[in-house]
Amino acid sequence: MPAREGTYGLLAEFETPGDLVRAARQAREDGWRRMDCYTPYPVEEAAEAIGFHRNKVPLLTLIGGLMGGVAVFTLETWISVLAYPLNIAGRPMYSWPAFIVPAYEWTILWAGLSAAFGMLALNGLPALYHPLFNAPNFRDGATTDKFFLCLEALDPKFDRAQTKAYLEAFKPLSVTEVDY
Amino acid sequence: MATKDIKPADHWVDPATGEYRVIAPGQTFRSITEKIVRIVLTPHTPMGWFALFTFAGGGATMLLVAVTWLFLKGTGIWAITQPVAWGFAIINFVWWIGIGHAGTLISAILLLFKQGWRNSISRFAEAMTIFAVVCAGMFPLIHVGRPWLAYWMLPVPLTMNVWPQFRSPLLWDVFAVSTYATISVVFWYIGMVPDLATMRDRAQNKFAQYFYGLLSVGWRGSVRHWMRYETASLLLAGLATPLVLSVHTVISFDFAVAVLPGWHTTIFPPYFVAGAIYSGFAMVLTLAIPLRKFYHLESLVTERHIDNMGKVMLVTGFIVGYGYAMEAFMAWYSADHWEAFAFWNRAFGPMGWSYWTLIACNLVIPLTTLWSRKLRTNIAFMFFISIVVNVGMWFERFVIIVTSLYRDFLPSSWGTYRATKWDYMTFVGTLGLFTTLFLLFVRFLPMIPMNEIRMILPQAKIKPKATVEAGD
Repeated sequence: MPAREGTYGLLAEFETPGDLVRAARQAREDGWRRMDCYTPYPVEEAAEAIGFHRNKVPLLTLIGGLMGGVAVFTLETWISVLAYPLNIAGRPMYSWPAFIVPAYEWTILWAGLSAAFGMLALNGLPALYHPLFNAPNFRDGATTDKFFLCLEALDPKFDRAQTKAYLEAFKPLSVTEVDY
Repeated sequence: MATKDIKPADHWVDPATGEYRVIAPGQTFRSITEKIVRIVLTPHTPMGWFALFTFAGGGATMLLVAVTWLFLKGTGIWAITQPVAWGFAIINFVWWIGIGHAGTLISAILLLFKQGWRNSISRFAEAMTIFAVVCAGMFPLIHVGRPWLAYWMLPVPLTMNVWPQFRSPLLWDVFAVSTYATISVVFWYIGMVPDLATMRDRAQNKFAQYFYGLLSVGWRGSVRHWMRYETASLLLAGLATPLVLSVHTVISFDFAVAVLPGWHTTIFPPYFVAGAIYSGFAMVLTLAIPLRKFYHLESLVTERHIDNMGKVMLVTGFIVGYGYAMEAFMAWYSADHWEAFAFWNRAFGPMGWSYWTLIACNLVIPLTTLWSRKLRTNIAFMFFISIVVNVGMWFERFVIIVTSLYRDFLPSSWGTYRATKWDYMTFVGTLGLFTTLFLLFVRFLPMIPMNEIRMILPQAKIKPKATVEAGD
């Protein structure tokens, strides 16, 4: 991300998830797009409210799993048939039923790793810095018991004074300006 | 369902559903956060923790001594010989990895079944899984005799031009157990990231802020992140479920694929998996009961949890009982002389005492008592039962391995098995290692998933407001 200066956005703090969802839904209806909600646990309704419906984690998992399974099955076949053929109790060199088990395990392994690390990558994590941590009330609440709505300065509708008034109409606990 | 003895005035009963509450009433997001965070972030470590840590650390040190001596002298210091070539090492391997299975069951299978009660116990059950797999994975490694050559088991290009043999269940084990260990660690860590962020934000001193800050990878609770996180958790649960079933199945193949009477049986995979879950839940109880008492977590790990775990043990105990019955039945029905002898020798041979110990510990004592809700919610009794089942499940593996091997096809090759002090030291040492790791976990990481507990609080329900909700 390029270094930025000035205001990142305006952060409204709510006491309950219901208040947050209502505010987020209204903001979306009023045309806001550059915004996000911050909650101490997953609030599905808030994601729906800001128009975030589906994500790419399942696709990554599928690709990772298929690659893991195919990789090991191919390796097993190559080793057992070409690289190092062994006669084990007269079984065929290409004894595919026996190859299923390691391939199955590696399908799960790579699907799982893709799901976990793919999720982090899509989230842009690890991130050592984020402007929201500059807000004085963010760290005390966002990971404990408060619900935040941030309208970002990159949105074309953003105007410091008007947006502050707009957020205050939702009766939040506070509205804070967040700097980069 | 023994619901008739619930008194309506009981504050443990949720008036809305008529069910026992999963967590005590009157909790807020902040109160549960404070409760769990305080255990870790307090500068004061309880004396009891130090006492237990010293004791467990002593056990882990004993393991170090036993393994060092093993590396110097070779596996001859153990009691393994012909015909009993698989002794304590494989018994302990199967026992430990079986214990791990309950953690995955709680965190994955019960998540898929949307069992809200799993939330408070899932984190430390997963930790238990990882530490049990650490103890389990060590045994095959030290059992190979030349542990520095253990990488020969992996399909890597070597100058010798030798490759692994993929038709062997022992190699399948390498894949199954290593995958299980990796996925368990990933699942556990990913599940902990939001809680580590809470720890970061609640920590007062700089070192703790950096420590938890780095571990929490900059988590800030964005709902977009949460949705991907939830998808990933669900997928990991969906992947861990077939994985956990496959791991003990593959381990049972180590036995079932052999032609030895007493091992060569098709009931092994389901019966091993059920046994694994049975022993694992016993171990969760063994850990949870002292833990909730010591850290005053009775409001989060409630009688409902103890009760439900008792029910799971009752079910899996019966599946295990069915397994034992099938073994006896097949010994007779197969009309195979050696199969019948193997069973007869198990029950009435020179080591018959081990078979009857297992029947008493796994079937008679738990399966006659766990029916009663009174007993299932009696904490002292459940702790006793958990120990009994752990002992019984260890003897199950002892019976399967030793009593099948020491009476071979030919009487001329018959032998016996008597474990040496090094065998006992290694086993007791892994108990020490397991306890040490668990104590470190309890001291430095959040042992109850706060974000999941927040989700099941009544405040987390979003009350609809007709005016705004109209569009939905």
